[in-house]
Amino acid sequence: MRQPTCFQDVILALQAYWAGAGCAVLQPYDMEVGAGTFHPATTLRALGPKGWAAAYVQPSRRPTDGRYGDSPNRLQHYYQYQVILKPSPPDLQALYLGSLKAIGIDMDLHDIRFVEDDWESPTLGAWGLGWEVWCDGMEVSQFTYFQQVGGHDCAPVSGELTYGLERLAMYVLGIDHVMDMPFNAPDGPRPLSYGDVFREAEAQYARYNFDQADTAVLLRHFEEAEAECAALLGQPEVDPKTGRRIVMALPAYDQCIKASHVFNLLDARGVISVTERQAYIGRVRALAKRCADAFLLTEAGGHADAAPA
Amino acid sequence: MPDLLIELFSEEIPARMQARAAADLKRLVTDGLVEAGLTYAHAGALVTPRRLTLALEGVADRSPDTVEERRGPKVGAPEKAVEGFLRGAGVARADLEVRAEKKGEVYVARIHRAGRPADEIVAGVLEGAIRDFPWPKSMRWGEGALRWVRPLHRILCILSGPEGAEIVPLEVDGIRAGATTEGHRFMAPGEIRVSSFEDYQAKLKRAHVMLDPEERAGTIRAEAQNMAFSSGLEVVEDPALLAEVAGLVEWPVVLMGEIDARFLDLPAEVLQTSMREHQKFFSLRDPGTGRIVRFVTVANRETADDGATILAGNQRVLAARLADAAFFWENDLAVAKAGMGPWQEALASVTFHARLGSEADRVARIAALARELAPAVGADPDQAAQAATLAKADLVSEMVYEFPELQGVMGRYYARAAGYPDEVATAVAEHYAPLGPSDAVPTAPVSVAVSLAEKIDKLTGFWAIGETPTGSKDPYALRRAALGVIRVLLDNALRLPLGRIFGENSWSADLTGFFHDRLKVHLRDEGVPHDVIDACLAMEGADDLTLLVHRARALAAFLKSDDGENLLAGFRRANNILGQAEAADGVEYSFGADAKHARTDEERALFAALEAQGPAIERAMAEEDFATAMATLALLRTPIDAFFEAVQINTDNQIVRRNRLNLLSRIRALCLGVADLTRIEG
Repeated sequence: MRQPTCFQDVILALQAYWAGAGCAVLQPYDMEVGAGTFHPATTLRALGPKGWAAAYVQPSRRPTDGRYGDSPNRLQHYYQYQVILKPSPPDLQALYLGSLKAIGIDMDLHDIRFVEDDWESPTLGAWGLGWEVWCDGMEVSQFTYFQQVGGHDCAPVSGELTYGLERLAMYVLGIDHVMDMPFNAPDGPRPLSYGDVFREAEAQYARYNFDQADTAVLLRHFEEAEAECAALLGQPEVDPKTGRRIVMALPAYDQCIKASHVFNLLDARGVISVTERQAYIGRVRALAKRCADAFLLTEAGGHADAAPA
Repeated sequence: MPDLLIELFSEEIPARMQARAAADLKRLVTDGLVEAGLTYAHAGALVTPRRLTLALEGVADRSPDTVEERRGPKVGAPEKAVEGFLRGAGVARADLEVRAEKKGEVYVARIHRAGRPADEIVAGVLEGAIRDFPWPKSMRWGEGALRWVRPLHRILCILSGPEGAEIVPLEVDGIRAGATTEGHRFMAPGEIRVSSFEDYQAKLKRAHVMLDPEERAGTIRAEAQNMAFSSGLEVVEDPALLAEVAGLVEWPVVLMGEIDARFLDLPAEVLQTSMREHQKFFSLRDPGTGRIVRFVTVANRETADDGATILAGNQRVLAARLADAAFFWENDLAVAKAGMGPWQEALASVTFHARLGSEADRVARIAALARELAPAVGADPDQAAQAATLAKADLVSEMVYEFPELQGVMGRYYARAAGYPDEVATAVAEHYAPLGPSDAVPTAPVSVAVSLAEKIDKLTGFWAIGETPTGSKDPYALRRAALGVIRVLLDNALRLPLGRIFGENSWSADLTGFFHDRLKVHLRDEGVPHDVIDACLAMEGADDLTLLVHRARALAAFLKSDDGENLLAGFRRANNILGQAEAADGVEYSFGADAKHARTDEERALFAALEAQGPAIERAMAEEDFATAMATLALLRTPIDAFFEAVQINTDNQIVRRNRLNLLSRIRALCLGVADLTRIEG
């Protein structure tokens, strides 16, 4: 165990640890999402009978958390580290604690606790039971056994671990303001802080998210994404051009992700009322459910007749 | 007689479920054993975050042998019937006995059942308990189908006696019962083999597991108090938090920490809520100033640095949390001091309900209603309207967005900061009350006006759009709102007829009925039977709830007395006789009774009593002095009883008969003037 000195040390240690534990180390999904769970490597792969093991960093956006780069710990753009293991191994808690050791948390000096926190994503039609993991009173991870995704029971059950990377790294490094955190090696030739990388971005996006995002355009985007998702899933399974059976679960799911993010932006613009909010969430959930249905018709989802990719 | 030890070892059980789970395990296992005929002397259940433990002392070695006698077919019945009976009873033909009965001879089988050994019974009962365990929420994990609150890892199940321990043979979904457990996750990892409950308890203690939740809670409480005391402080009592924290640790270690000085000016409620909700810290208060100045946190382990790292970490986390809170507080105060304009604007864009407009619309309605109600509750109308206007502003403040449970509390701070008078600020804080049955009812006039207005607006609004509670569905908590109105009216003895508030709308009667139903529930809890309320509801002015309850309480007390019971009997008798006579004669006997037609002393005595008491009763009723009215009514009991005893109503003399019926009608009218006694059941 080498004590990390910067943000990326923490990320690299997690990557190495979970690669060693047998995970496919994936790259971030190339779309705007609110949390690592939205990555199809989690949401969709949690469905169906096939085994799966993946770990990845996922940039995540929560427009309402923007503070123009001023807040010591709130960001509209931040990183989550996501691990998904299917089926959940019996020693998942021990594996997880090993990852904390790997990033330099001394188990003999700290107080690690598993505090009940059931996870539910109304937009994904998903829920699971688990905990938030506390280290000395700070939440460092979410630990969830998926029970349902997209309205389908998960069998086998996936174990999902989500680390809020900035918060975790700040804790490990003893930093009080996120923008002061070393991003790369502080004693290297060109040390960069988190603020050097992201402070301006936070301000720009806060201005955009709160005041400038064009709500009329966003509303149109939402409708379009919803319509395209439905259209893709409405296509016949057999592609008339190639004659192959190709269920477009992933492209359709991209549209679901897009609708979800647009909804978050609209929410940040404050144009969605409390009652409308429920309706929008319900519309995104309907898309997620249809995508989950479609994924189960693909080979990855365990469908026997699916053509190999 | 062996002792039984069961431990179900799992990943962390949510704190709030632990006590119930321990009780459920005890109930399921002991009920199962008893049902199977296996006795035990004593049972005790314990629980930690990672284990449910049940210890039974003095378990019988086996269940007793039993004999069941089963009656079969008659002798001479078809062969098939006899064979069927033998199969069902599991006995051989030669074992059948023949018994002579009234209708002839029948076959009787005596089925001997050997008792079963304890381990076999325990295995069956425990497996059933595990599979059907009533967790409020349970889950699957891995590839298994078993459900438990979190993944179940071990089953320890042993029967132990002087000769040693024996593992009960049991396997549930691949988990085989054994004689091993684990100690504290961090302080004593690894397997521990145990041979009895005493051994288990002692080894776990050495392995840093305090099994008994009461012991953990007691340790936490005592150490927190000691630390507070040694610093001249006191712990803010929080039993719910104590129980929760005791359910988060197997080895409680209490640490006292500092709150950074820059946060000490935050309102006490904010400090306390932030520390409790986010960190599960106890607050320590300076008894001199009443301010929260330190905290106590409970770690789950000892460390080589005596908790220094853990405490430093907790303090840093708290500082980050409180920095957020301080940021919200300062922003909110700035808005409040500038008159709360942006909040009022924001309320306009928050939808209260699609058909009832925005929160701002609602606030305007509440303000108008509070102004209208103010004189009746002794409040200044301007202050009531002002408080109502401010009442919801804190809902869009940053602090309440973060801590919804501080609604109202923050509103009071903000109203004060904005320079409003204390009555107004207090009403902002109190206008939600009473929320639960144990919540205090506001008594300050301005608070009362706004509290009533807030709830009545909600109720009349939802009644007007037809979204009323049905069955178990009450998404807008309208039952609670109505009960709140009832309690505010009754506790303050307010004379405010609902009809006057609701006005004449198509839904007014239905809403009044809803209040009456709520009131019945409320009074039932107080011991006033529903028929007594019905009897009072039938009277004039029943929409004045204070009057109604006043009458109902007096009537309930009266009917419990001997006099009341007998008077009721007399009333019924009079009413029955009158009803029959009126039905037969097709007339109503309602006036004209005259003492000069009285023929007997008892009749004359009753006339005299009515003359004497009638006006007193009516006077008491006019003064709404129901107790006096009923006490006076009770004076009629003796003459009425004597009258019925001696006088035959029906005689050939029609004048005398009519006079007597008219006399009875005077009794009826007097009684019905107090309450509609025809509604009293039984």
